[in-house]
Amino acid sequence: MPLAPAVTDINLLKDRLEVARLLEWNTAAVAGAKFDRNELTIWIERAHLLDAMTLLRDDTQLRFNLLSDVTCVDWYPSEPRFEVVYELRSIQRNKRLRIKVKLGSDDARIPSVIGIWLSSNFFEREVFDLFGIHFEGHPYLRRIMMPEDWEGHPMRKDYPVEGYR
Amino acid sequence: MDPAADRTMVLNMGPQHPSTHGVLRLLIEIDGETIVRMMPDIGYLHTGIEKTTEAKFYQQVVPLTDRIDYLCPMTNNLAYCLAVEKLLGLEIPPRAQWIRVMLNELTRINSHLVWLGTHAMDIGAMTVFLYCFREREDVLRLFEMVSGQRMMTSYFRIGGLALDLPLGFLDRLKKFADRFPGNVDEYENLLTANPIFMERTKGVAYISAEDAIALGTTGPTLRASGVDTDLRRDEPYSGYENFKFKVPVRTEGDVYARYLCRVQELRESCSIVQQAIAGLPEGRYKADAPKVVLPDRENMKTQMESLIYHFKIVTEGFTVPAGEVYQAIESPRGEMGYYIVSDGTAKPYRVHMRSPSFANLQALPKMCEGRMIADVVAAIGSIDIVLGDCDR
Repeated sequence: MPLAPAVTDINLLKDRLEVARLLEWNTAAVAGAKFDRNELTIWIERAHLLDAMTLLRDDTQLRFNLLSDVTCVDWYPSEPRFEVVYELRSIQRNKRLRIKVKLGSDDARIPSVIGIWLSSNFFEREVFDLFGIHFEGHPYLRRIMMPEDWEGHPMRKDYPVEGYR
Repeated sequence: MDPAADRTMVLNMGPQHPSTHGVLRLLIEIDGETIVRMMPDIGYLHTGIEKTTEAKFYQQVVPLTDRIDYLCPMTNNLAYCLAVEKLLGLEIPPRAQWIRVMLNELTRINSHLVWLGTHAMDIGAMTVFLYCFREREDVLRLFEMVSGQRMMTSYFRIGGLALDLPLGFLDRLKKFADRFPGNVDEYENLLTANPIFMERTKGVAYISAEDAIALGTTGPTLRASGVDTDLRRDEPYSGYENFKFKVPVRTEGDVYARYLCRVQELRESCSIVQQAIAGLPEGRYKADAPKVVLPDRENMKTQMESLIYHFKIVTEGFTVPAGEVYQAIESPRGEMGYYIVSDGTAKPYRVHMRSPSFANLQALPKMCEGRMIADVVAAIGSIDIVLGDCDR
């Protein structure tokens, strides 16, 4: 069964509820959208992240109340280097949404969504530990997987698989 | 972690502890016997599986996935294979899907048996442990029959299964599935109406539905707090829409409710296995995609193209079109998801495992604050964490 090609033009996706609501609220916040393999992805600008996430959780039509995952992809050496990925799920509507935020390698800071979903606590600590992205506003941003005194961020692409020891 | 006041003490429930079900370290600040604050410290079982997958071909990642949640290895295999098949746009033949469901539910039974045995033993009921492991021995022998391995089966492949079911497997499975509900009755006889068990578990480690959702809890831990969600029913995968099963939901939100949910899930899994045995379709056990799935052994030995495809797939891997996918399934612990990013080559660019134990562990401090130390043991058992799943 051949794959349907990905839809990357945001104008073609304006009829989707999540894209429409976000554009209606603030067109500057949405940097792009993609519908590929039956999954919707929306890129959000970092400056508007907290407000957009609050809207996604609280809006009566959207109600994404479960934060499934926070992770990161390292696109070294291309810029912007990091892409923080948030997987959201609406239990009542039974829908999923992926939100992505692009970060440059010299500016790897992003506000923490712990005020919106408490489950981001461990997830953001893991992304900080393994990628080195600083989550502003996180109450306890320390290493979680690696030992406390480890140097370096292992999941980055310039860190070798074999490690340094 | 420093004690907040003079009268509190920080107790270290260290990584080596018989009741933490793995290498989990808990820093508990106590005031007498009551817990004031708790902080889990994990990472003792971190083996860097996510980093290792970036250095391997897609088909070589399957044995790595077994070892993530080592109590339900086939569930991890299934989640990964489904994610890659979604990336490829590959359709799996119905026989392979039904066998995957059958073995996935058998794995759920396996995992819940370990949970029940160890949880009851921590609370004090030692007999249940041996009863559960007697059934688990039968299930492990079934796994050995089908894949050659008792635990780290790696039986599912991208595109279907490694081999077809051996002769005699369905008969043995049917004998097990016929006998199993009687065994669950035995466990319930020992525990469900037992006054000591009820004293230790009713009202203990309560968490409300809103808190559970906010903390990212999924699976039986969430269902016991009243939220009716099950990925097998809500986002069906691998043919689950063909099976009839009930999703146990309770509202009390304490350890006893989680116990009842999981015991009911044992019965439901057994019923799904019976339905799978009864309706198993004939046909291929792997998809017909020569560039991705290894050809049949006989074809490989007699036809030239099959031999070339086999050689190419094993030595160079198969390329997957660029893109990303998030595939979540219902593991015995909750929502297990695989986020795979492909850049068009034969090795995955990024594989991230959304492990249910990692998220469920965040609910533990909320459940235990204000309770006594002995309740921590019951709470850890009731969340059913596996540290391999937590730390990867």
